[in-house]
Amino acid sequence: MVTIQNLHKKFNKNVVLSGVNLDINAGGIFAVLGPNGSGKTTLIKSILGMVIPNEGNINVLGNNIKNNSNYRSQIDYLPQIANFPSNLKVKELIKMIKDLRGNHTKESDLIKLFKLDPFLDKKLGNLSGGTKQKVNIVLTFMFDSPLIILDEPTTGLDPISLIRLKELIQKEKDKGKTILITSHIMSFVEEVSDEIVFLLEGKIYFKGSISDLKIKTNQPDFEHAIASILTNNHA
Amino acid sequence: MRINTTYCLLSLLLLFTRFAYSGTIEVCNDCPITSLKEAIAFAKPTDTVLVKKGTYKEHSILINKPLSIIGENYPVIDGERKGEIITITSNNVTVDGLFIINVGTSYTEDYAAIRIKKSKHFTIKNNVLEKLFFGIYLEKSNYGKVIHNKIIGEAIEEYNSGNGIQLWYSNHIDIEHNYVEHVRDGIYLEFSDNCTIKNNVSTLNLRYGLHFMFSNDDVYQNNTFEKNGAGVAVMFSKKIKMLDNTFKENWGTASYGLLLKEINDAEISRNTFEENTIGINIEGSNRIIYKNNNFINNGWAVKVRGACYTNSFLENNFLYNSFDISYNSKVNDNIFDKNFWSNYTGYDLDKNGIGDVPYRPVKLFSYIVNRTPETIILLRSLFIDLIDFSEKVSPVFTPDNLLDNNPSTKKITW
Amino acid sequence: MLKILKYSFFDLMRSRWSYVYFAFYLLLGIVLLFLNNDLSKAVITLMNVIIVLVPLIGTIFGVMYYYNSKEFTELLLAQPLKRSSIFLGQYLGVALSLSMSLILGLGIPFMFYGLFKSTAIWDFSLLLITGSFLTFIFTALAFNIALSNENKIKGFGYAILLWLFLAIIYDGMFLMSLILFEDYPLDTLSLVGTMLNPIDLSRTLILLKLDISALLGYTGAIFKQFFGTNFGLIVSLSTLTLWVILPVLRIIYKSKRKDF
Repeated sequence: MVTIQNLHKKFNKNVVLSGVNLDINAGGIFAVLGPNGSGKTTLIKSILGMVIPNEGNINVLGNNIKNNSNYRSQIDYLPQIANFPSNLKVKELIKMIKDLRGNHTKESDLIKLFKLDPFLDKKLGNLSGGTKQKVNIVLTFMFDSPLIILDEPTTGLDPISLIRLKELIQKEKDKGKTILITSHIMSFVEEVSDEIVFLLEGKIYFKGSISDLKIKTNQPDFEHAIASILTNNHA
Repeated sequence: MRINTTYCLLSLLLLFTRFAYSGTIEVCNDCPITSLKEAIAFAKPTDTVLVKKGTYKEHSILINKPLSIIGENYPVIDGERKGEIITITSNNVTVDGLFIINVGTSYTEDYAAIRIKKSKHFTIKNNVLEKLFFGIYLEKSNYGKVIHNKIIGEAIEEYNSGNGIQLWYSNHIDIEHNYVEHVRDGIYLEFSDNCTIKNNVSTLNLRYGLHFMFSNDDVYQNNTFEKNGAGVAVMFSKKIKMLDNTFKENWGTASYGLLLKEINDAEISRNTFEENTIGINIEGSNRIIYKNNNFINNGWAVKVRGACYTNSFLENNFLYNSFDISYNSKVNDNIFDKNFWSNYTGYDLDKNGIGDVPYRPVKLFSYIVNRTPETIILLRSLFIDLIDFSEKVSPVFTPDNLLDNNPSTKKITW
Repeated sequence: MLKILKYSFFDLMRSRWSYVYFAFYLLLGIVLLFLNNDLSKAVITLMNVIIVLVPLIGTIFGVMYYYNSKEFTELLLAQPLKRSSIFLGQYLGVALSLSMSLILGLGIPFMFYGLFKSTAIWDFSLLLITGSFLTFIFTALAFNIALSNENKIKGFGYAILLWLFLAIIYDGMFLMSLILFEDYPLDTLSLVGTMLNPIDLSRTLILLKLDISALLGYTGAIFKQFFGTNFGLIVSLSTLTLWVILPVLRIIYKSKRKDF
């Protein structure tokens, strides 16, 4: 599904990714983890073509992404900060994104699921953070693409919406889609992901299932396993 | 009294003899007389020579007796570029209605279509002159009229072209309703006093529309000078009246609507100076009154180049000129009062039609442009506006007493 | 690109700032025409406004729009859209809506005043054309600055500096160098100096209409050719076009290499 070879990226003199090699197979949920500044977002943005690598190749669904934009029609992306043009209404934004991508969509179910109906005619500038995030989620999931990338999807969500989101992710997985998630909420990660990719200092430190991680670090639970990686490496 | 009576009697006598004896001689291609020269030789004084329509290839025609030469339907007198065409040496000659073409060109002699030499009381009217060197040349001749002639030259360079109407030592001449184009100077006066120049149009001439040298007490009024090398040049002359004329689109390097050089005691009123590179260019001219003139869209409305004293500019309209007044010295002895300046930005709190803040018509930028002409390209830029403003607040380079203390807030009418 | 342009344009058309900008020009037009009642004077004042204010507003607005729509841009970047179309679309959206405000804001009062019957229509159209050119140029320059500076404050700072430089400082230096080298033939230098600054260039275009009598007063064959014929108009207009194209090309170049 996604193949990354020898990916290097630095911002000015600050090296963020140094030689990342990663194969993500089709189907399943992958969590990209790592401490702050380890390059999670940079990795995801590289896959999306928003960050341009200094070195290395990225293939998405068999297409080299360099100087290519069409492959992104196979990706649904949920950005970290949901800030939209404040003059637009929710309805107009949805219509506009549909217009730009031009696929068959299923936004009406999603709007019902997140109870967004009363907000459709409001301007985006007047929405709360949580509601914006819901809109964001709708915009992401309304397309039916084989690859879904979620950057901190839980931000600002109330418990009910969180449960809805988890169900939604599960449903997409069951359809055989590949889902890439970054999150700081370990319980969320543990609950939904099949496999984790742990980034440390610009390299992949660990790739495998959660149980493999527990065995490797000799820790009984996931949170402690992560913590032990961090303490061991900084000690 | 006695002289006057004699004069009247003489005139009566003259009239009488004319009625008694004057005959008409016809000239045409199949008449007994087929040329002007023959007709003049045959004619007696005060006769009329009637020239019928046709073409007459003649030059060096000498009119040495008081005759009236009258053309019917514009007969063509073709000089074939062999020299001067008509020369008048007698008093009381009239030339009316001829179409004179192909005057000879020479570097040593000023050939003219019609020359009047040392004669009085002549009338040159309704003639059309084309392909000429000089047009109508008045030489030491007085009390004549040049009326309603059309002079169309084809001058390209100054050194080998002549003037449309030229006066040399000729006084008391009326020049009216003539149209002159494409010659060197449209109308040229040298040592000629008490002449009246009215209702003429002088346009597209190489040098000046009208040119005065050493001529005094002349009046020119209601004329139009358009698109000449320069409009009107008045040099070394006194007491000239310039009234109701239009000076328009005289464009180019050192071009102007009106040039005054060494002129004293003149009056310049009710003229319109529009779209000239320089409206009036003044050098060494004193005691001149400029009143009720319109200066519209000129590059420089008035350019003062030093040695000009006690001139007054009263109640003129200065409208949208790039520069209103330009000075090249710090001394000022001229008066500006009650003019309307479109660039005036002051206020009139007591509503008396006079601005409460004096207007300063000389800008710092005009001083800079005088020094480095190419800086003109920065005209109207924000930086220039800023330095002009600072100069306005505290004059350093421009004469600080050069002010209009009573700027009008309304356009002046008369 | 056209879709992005459409959305940016309608987004801006609904923003408060477009109304303010439009209202400002409308008011200016009305005050100049109906309180002053003098078309020639109005055209001169308008020229001053256009060569000073239009670049300023274009720069500030361009930078502001870029920074404000950053997140939205990121949303667009994740869509199957070419980068160049995203940025060109946004740029054209801003430039077009600003030009619209200018043309309508000034055009409406002049239309009511009976401009179509007046001889000033050419001068006036030239003003609007130059104003639109300046809007396109300075919005493009603003996008360049914003694309090169992640820091908002720095971006605004550079934008103001750019305006200050081109509107005032440049002319000051230009004047100094002309006076300094006054002993040499300067007409080529002065014309080239004008070409290098879009504000000066627009000013020259307007001078060709307003102050032609003064401009024709100078010798230099190049000056004469430039001002005396249509040559000046053609050269100025094509250089202005170049001034739009070059920054736009840099927007494309820069946007292809930028990380978000």
